[in-house]
Amino acid sequence: MSVLVVAEHDNESIKSSTLSTIAAAQQLGDVTVLVAGHHAQTAAEAASQITGVQTVLHADAEYYAKPLAEEIAGAVVSVAHDYSHVLFPASTFGKNLMPRVAALLDVAPVSEIIEVVSDNTFKRPIYAGNAFATVECNEKIKVLTVRGTAFDAVAADGGSAEIKTVDAAPAMNVSSFVSQELTESERPDLTDADVVVSGGRGLGSGENFELIEKLADKLGAAVGASRAAVDSGYVPNDYQVGQTGKIVAPKLYIAVGISGAIQHMAGMKDSKVIVAINKDEEAPIFQFADYGLVGDLFEILPELTNAL
Amino acid sequence: MKVLVPVKRVVDAYVTVRVKADQSGVDTDNVKMSMNPFDEIAIEEAVRLKEAGTVTEIVAVSMGPKQAQETIRNAMAIGADRGILVESDDDLQPLAVAKMLKALVEKESPDLVVMGKQAIDNDNNQTGQMLAALLNWPQGTFISELTIEDNQVKVVREIDGGLETLQLNTPAIVTTDLRLNEPRYAKLPDIMKAKRKPLETITPSDLGVDAAPRIKTIKVEEPAERAAGIMVSSVDELVEKLRNEAKVI
Repeated sequence: MSVLVVAEHDNESIKSSTLSTIAAAQQLGDVTVLVAGHHAQTAAEAASQITGVQTVLHADAEYYAKPLAEEIAGAVVSVAHDYSHVLFPASTFGKNLMPRVAALLDVAPVSEIIEVVSDNTFKRPIYAGNAFATVECNEKIKVLTVRGTAFDAVAADGGSAEIKTVDAAPAMNVSSFVSQELTESERPDLTDADVVVSGGRGLGSGENFELIEKLADKLGAAVGASRAAVDSGYVPNDYQVGQTGKIVAPKLYIAVGISGAIQHMAGMKDSKVIVAINKDEEAPIFQFADYGLVGDLFEILPELTNAL
Repeated sequence: MKVLVPVKRVVDAYVTVRVKADQSGVDTDNVKMSMNPFDEIAIEEAVRLKEAGTVTEIVAVSMGPKQAQETIRNAMAIGADRGILVESDDDLQPLAVAKMLKALVEKESPDLVVMGKQAIDNDNNQTGQMLAALLNWPQGTFISELTIEDNQVKVVREIDGGLETLQLNTPAIVTTDLRLNEPRYAKLPDIMKAKRKPLETITPSDLGVDAAPRIKTIKVEEPAERAAGIMVSSVDELVEKLRNEAKVI
């Protein structure tokens, strides 16, 4: 089996989502990584250093400078026929791109796999993780997205793959990049962090999120939030953990002032250790938490931050 | 401008689903069904564009069993002008749905298709992107803002780490994320009016599409239950447990 992994990158470095996708790919066969970008030599070289990568394909075009699905899909499709599987990270990059590639290849894909059962059988969550489906895909090319938290990332170094230049596909010219607004943060990425501290509606305001941030900084943690906190405007949407937000599985997840709606649990229940802090002892989150503490978060948070 | 909005009938978001004993799927008998929440946002957005004078006609499309008529009537109560049901009791998978939508787009010639980013039953998040690919149209997925000016569509997309703004040529496909809008509740007079709006029923074969499923479900299981944990009585006890028992700090 030969497997193509479509790299998520910013033309300079390879995003960590790609490393867990490569881990899934290694269970299927020899791994080739496609870096479609513009002036992305540094990213292609970084890809060649990743453990377990045999070959890197590097396609360069001005219209690959930003990950426009219409353009990058062309780059993937033009090389896909040499592979039994084409894998993407199940990040917003991969989710946007993968179905476009699958439809162009006329194959039915499988989204967000959490386990490779065999070369044509995969496990994936459905109904917001309230059930798991094992599905069989007998398409000529198996096109998949891979949930990052379900596979341990391979090492970003230790490899020495050959870099091959491939031709860019013709430009579509139907969409263009206008701007990007990324949340600036010194903290680790939510989806990569070992520790996540999340706040919910119990915080009461955006200003009070400072208490969450102080605890997070003490622990070197990422900051997350429930959908209720996002909907109330306390924090931006990219903080959201849950079915409609990010899926996280850190070693330690601390949920503060979060009641534990199904949609939130869907995003964090694979965490190794879950701590819940809530004033309502009946809150559903306590049924999932390894350690529960009932009390006023405005007293507990500063006390906990000081105790660490 | 004419807009097409696909809507799906799914298990209501507030129902806790149960897996069937024979592991063949999720039990949907006698379970409350509703319009997929992301599709409701799509209809709402189309109706707002119509109220703003940008859009002249909204066509709601659903695919599935006869009861999906109710989902279309719902869309009409929010403000869709007419409906098309592609009736089928089969398992309609995203690629087949995208092919049928393509056939309908070719027939109806909309300038814009607004649809949910994913259905909350199978959580595939595929159909919009596939439809865009099959039509060779641009796609704006997971959007939280939509502006239409001079035949160009500007979208703000929710991406990992923040927001991205793209400009798309028309015709285009856009898929909705949660923060795009808050759908209205349909008022009783609108629900009554919706009953008289035109609803056409056709079949997959009318569209010349082979809608046979291509992904086979082997089994469906319940997730492993998390073992219940313990309650601690103080911050000190919590810190002690995290250090010495769980060893995570």
